Parts: sequence; C-alpha cells; structure tokens
Amino acid sequence: MSPGHYVALAVILFVIGAVGVLVRRNALVIFMCIELMLNAVNLAFVGFARMHGQVDGQVAAFFVMVVAAAEVVVGLAILMAIFRARRSASVDDANLLKY
Amino acid sequence: MTNTLVAVAARAATVPTEVPLPAVGVQRAAWLLLVFPLAGAAVLLLGGRRTNKWGHVVGVAMPLAAFVYGVIAFVAMLGYPADQRSRELTLYTWIHVARFNVPVGLRLDQLSICFVLLITGVGSLIHIFAVGYMSHDPERRRFFGYMNLFVASMLLLVLADNYLALYVGWEGVGLTSYLLIGFWQYKPAAAVAAKKAFVVNRVGDLGMSIAIMLMFATFGSVTFSGVFGQVGHASQGVTTALGLLLLLGACGKSAQVPLQSWLLDAMEGPTPVSALIHAATMVTAGVYLIVRSGPIFDLSPNARLLVTIVGAVTLLFGAIISSAKDDIKKALAGSTMSQIGYMILAAGLGPNGYAFAIALLLAHGFFKAGLFLGAGSIKHEMNDEVDMRRFGGLRSVMPVTFVTFGVCYLAIIGVPPFSGFFAKDTVIDAAFDKGGASGWILGIAALIGAGITAFYMTRVMFMTFAGERRWDPDVHPHEVPPVMTSPMVLLAIGALGFGAFEIVGDRLVDFLGPVTGATPAEPGLFTTAGIVALILIAAGIALAWAMYGRRPVPAVAPHASPLTVAARKELYGNTVNESLLMRPGQWLTRLSVYFDNRGVDGLVNTVAATVGGTSGRARRAQTGFVRSYALSMFVGAVLLVGALLLVRI
Repeated sequence: MSPGHYVALAVILFVIGAVGVLVRRNALVIFMCIELMLNAVNLAFVGFARMHGQVDGQVAAFFVMVVAAAEVVVGLAILMAIFRARRSASVDDANLLKY
Repeated sequence: MTNTLVAVAARAATVPTEVPLPAVGVQRAAWLLLVFPLAGAAVLLLGGRRTNKWGHVVGVAMPLAAFVYGVIAFVAMLGYPADQRSRELTLYTWIHVARFNVPVGLRLDQLSICFVLLITGVGSLIHIFAVGYMSHDPERRRFFGYMNLFVASMLLLVLADNYLALYVGWEGVGLTSYLLIGFWQYKPAAAVAAKKAFVVNRVGDLGMSIAIMLMFATFGSVTFSGVFGQVGHASQGVTTALGLLLLLGACGKSAQVPLQSWLLDAMEGPTPVSALIHAATMVTAGVYLIVRSGPIFDLSPNARLLVTIVGAVTLLFGAIISSAKDDIKKALAGSTMSQIGYMILAAGLGPNGYAFAIALLLAHGFFKAGLFLGAGSIKHEMNDEVDMRRFGGLRSVMPVTFVTFGVCYLAIIGVPPFSGFFAKDTVIDAAFDKGGASGWILGIAALIGAGITAFYMTRVMFMTFAGERRWDPDVHPHEVPPVMTSPMVLLAIGALGFGAFEIVGDRLVDFLGPVTGATPAEPGLFTTAGIVALILIAAGIALAWAMYGRRPVPAVAPHASPLTVAARKELYGNTVNESLLMRPGQWLTRLSVYFDNRGVDGLVNTVAATVGGTSGRARRAQTGFVRSYALSMFVGAVLLVGALLLVRI
C-alpha cells in the first residue's frame, strides 16, 4: 500500500463527512459526520507520519482525538438541552439567533 | 525730525497736567455718596415684601442723605484754593495683574461735584414726586429700589477716577434703565422698549469698551491721570480713534444720532423714570464723558468736528420730531434729544465750550425735570392719557402744575431772564465764535433749533393748558397732592434763577476752569446772535399760537405735509434701523440656520443614513441556519486552500 492510498481514503472520508454536515438536518447525524471528518484528518496525519518516519503526526492525531472527545461532550449536552426545550433535533428549527 | 519733536512737545504742553491731591477732611468720606443709594437699593430689593410699608421712605431718604453729604463736600471744596480743588480718594485695588493695575478711586473735582449735586439734588426731588405718583402701584417698593440703584450707578459713573470703574457705572446705568423702562413689564410695549434701550445702548458700550482697551494698549493705564498725562505723546491716529470711540459711547447713552431711536420708546416707563433719565442721569452721561475726556478731544480736531456735527444734527433732529408728536411725553423726549444735542455741540467746541455744555446741562436738569414731573402729574390726573389732543383747558383745574410747567417752558425756550436764555445763548455764541464756515453752519443750526424749540414747546403749552376741554367724559382732573407739587415748585424756582446764577459773572466758567482748561472769552449778553435767537423764538411762539392757540385743536391728527408725517414717524429712524440692521441680520441668521440644517446636518445625516442602510441589508446574511454558516465556512476554507495552492505553484 503506497501512501497515496491512505491520502485518497482520507479525502474520500472527509468529503463524505463534509457533505453530510451540509445536507443533513439531524444534529446527531451532523455530529457523526464531524467525527468522520476529524478521523479522516487523523488518518492523513498517521499516514504521513508513517511515510516520513516521524511521530509528530501521530502525536497530532492523539490531540485531535482528545479535542474531539471534549467537543462531543459539550456538543451532546447542548443538543440535549435544545431537544428538551424544542422537542426537535433538527438544526434548521434552532434558528432563533439571527438578524 | 526736530519739527516733529517740537510739535509733540507743543501738543503735550497744551494738555492740562493738573495732578489731583489726596482727599482730606470731610472729603475722605466721599464713598458715602455711593453707599447711601446702594444701601437703599439693597434694603428695598433684598428686604422683600416686609419693606413694602416703609420702603418709599428709605428710597427717598437715601438720595437725600447723599445730597446732604454732596453739599458738605461742595462747601469743603469751596474752602480750598481754585488750583487745589481736585481731590482723589483711593478706595482699594480692584485688579493687580502684572502691568495691569486698576485701583478703584473716587475723584472729587469741580466737574464731578456739579454732577453729584445735580444727580442727588434733582434726583431726590424726583424721588419725592414718585412717592405720590406711584402711590397706587403695588410694586412701589421695587420701583424705589431700582431708582436708588440708578442713582448709585450714575454717581459711580461721575465719581470714578479711572475709565474702568466709570464703565462699571456706565453699565449699571444701562441695566437700571432697562429695569425701569420695563418696570410695567406686563405691557408688551414697555418690555419691548426696555429691550430696545438696552440693545441700542450696547452699541455705544462697544465703543466705550474698545476705547478702554485701546487706552490700556497705548498708555498701559486706564486711570484719568495716567491716560491724560500720556495722551500728548500718542500719535494723531490713536487720539482720533479714542475720540471717535468715546463719541460712539456718548451717542448711545445720550441718545444722539444715529443711536437716538431708544429714547422716545423709553417713554413707556413710569414718568418719574423719564424725568430721572432725561434730567439728572443717563443721557447726561455722554456729555460728562466728552467733557471729562477733554484732554483726548483737545488733541484731535477731527474727532471734535464730528462731535459738533453729531450735536448739530441731533438738536435739529430732536426738535423736528418734537414738533409733530401728540404724545406729551414723547414731545418732551424729543426736546431732551435736542437739548442734549446743544450740549454735545458745545462739548465738541473744546475748552471754549466745555463749561457752557455743563452750564446748559445743569440748567436743563432743573427745567426738564420740572417739565417731566408736570407731564407726570397731568398724566396721573387724566387717567394715564398722554395724547395732547385729549387735553386742553387744564390751566384752571391744575393751577400749580400750570405755573411750574409754564416757568420751565419759558426756561427751555430761552426767554430772558429764565435759565435757558443764559445757558443756551452762550452755546450759540460759542458756536459762532468757532469761526470759519463750520462755525457759521453750527451757529445757524443752533439758532434754527432755538426757533423750533419755541414752536414745539408753545404747541405743548397751548394743546395742554389752553383752549377748550377735549377730555374723555370719565376724566375729572384735580390738582395733585403737595408731595407731588412741592418738587415741581422747587424745580421751577431752579429753572427761574439758576441760569442767571451760573452764567452772569462767569461763576460756573471760573469754577470749572481748572478742569476744563483755558477759560473761554466772556460771553456778552444780548449779542447779535442772542438777539437773532430771541427774534426766532418770538417767531416760533407766534407760529405755534397761529396753529394751535387761535384755532381749535382737532381731536384726531389731521393730514399734514410730508415733513410732519416724517416727524410723526420719528424721521424714519426706526425704519432705517430695521432696513439697514435688523432685516439683514435676520437674513443672515436665516441663512446660517439654512446652512446648518441643510449643509452641516445634511452631510452628517447622509453618512449616518448610508451606514445604517448598508448594515441593514448586510445583516440579512445572518439567517440563523447553522448549515448555511457551515457552507460559508467550507467555501471560505476551500478558497483559502485554493489560494495557497495557487501561490505556491
């Protein structure tokens, strides 16, 4: 397996995630898509680290995982609060903060 | 170069360099002159309603006390030799900053004591008259408070030993005249007249204040001794400028053309106020200023010439207005303007005329106060009617008023041996003595003025006291009470004898000599000019008799010649002011307001509206949809990456 394959897989995963974020309305699905994008980036980090024989990329991947975990905790809490208040998990319904 | 020095030295030598001596003895208490009326004003104005009952007693007592002290100081002055009568009393240092040093002091000399006696003497008589005249006015206490303040301001004006303190009195007179002319401020006409007097006076005050600044800039001093001591070394331009600025100030206070318009409207005030303004205070201030500033005017023939021209124009101007006014007070007001014109004319003649200006001023103080008090008592009995076409036949019902008014009438038109004959003829003689074409023109103007004076005053007499009774049916005039007649009697005695007293034997001329400079040549009585004046006076009386004595006076003013119509409208003085000053001023303010609204505000408002409109449209981008925000972030990120790639390649 050449590094190009890893990068290609990472790009595919990232694009799937990005499209998911843009087109889906359900907040939970959007969260999962964001996770998909983050892990696509992790894959790219790890792939490049392996290619260059350095650990910097792998360390970065760990950082991303830690941040993603924290983000999920905060995000899910917000989502819970919104769902309780509005009985809906659709991001299009939560559009009060606007002009 | 040498010639210039000689010229400067020669000019400096002509200035009287009399240095006043410090006051001693009873004159050390000269500040009492200011304290008495000021205390009266303070008690009456700060005491409020609880002084209502006895306020007028204080109001009369204070000027009387000042008069008594004035007589004592005058007697003390007569005890000194003629060259030691000028005394100064330094009260305190008002301002002392670096080179600017203003000690406030009083100067008691022959000139100021004349004014002190006139102001307090005639002023006290007017105060006594006002006790009766204002007896039905609920605000009589406040009236006396203002009157006392008026007297105090005028005394400060004539007693100050420097121009800055004089200016304080000058402004005090302006303020109190405003308060008194507008005393019945609920009458719109009175309120407007007060405002007009104040505004017109401000124009003159401007000249005064600039003159004082110029004195300080040139001489580094504003005291009389400091300025007069150095004025001989000043350039011709500076002395002329000072003379013209002081003349502007004098024109404002003394109601001389072109600042005359306030005087007739000022008749809206209570009649004692008119008497006080016209006889003892206020309008005499301009004459005082010019005579006091004699050393400045002596050095500037151009300024003196303009002073005489202003005087000659005003004496004719006032006389013509007076000849057509049916309002008795306005007819008298026009005559004041005219008489003050004589004084200004005399003052403009320099050392030859100063003493005669003061002589006429003092004599005028008596007969004009008498005339105004007479007019006041008539108005009082005629239910505040002032139209002479509604008077007539008052001779028999108000005999005391008729006799006193008549004596003052004979005095003002200059019939011998009444005071106006002596005082006015000397002015006419002095004008002819000036020599040259200007002397002839001024003298002839003064002669014509004397003839017109006889006409309009006789007209007042006939319309008021003679003929049939043209009263309103509900008017029942009687003689006024003694509190009002006694001042009139005293003033009539003064009008009878004072002119002969001061002129015959050169009493006043010799007395004033050390202050007014060279003693003028002794005027002969019954000179050619004097006889011509008497003929003109007789002609004026005859004309007035033919028009108003022989024929009945119509109750409504008939159609008349264009000159009469113009005189009824005060020779269009107000029209000139309105079209030349007021309307352009209004246009200017309207233009400024337009420019402010449309120009300045327009620019600011346009910027604000543009920013507001743009942001109003831009905020529509904030839709509240998370996915649209995400899309814009993605697009941005893609563009950023794309740009980076593009730059690197």
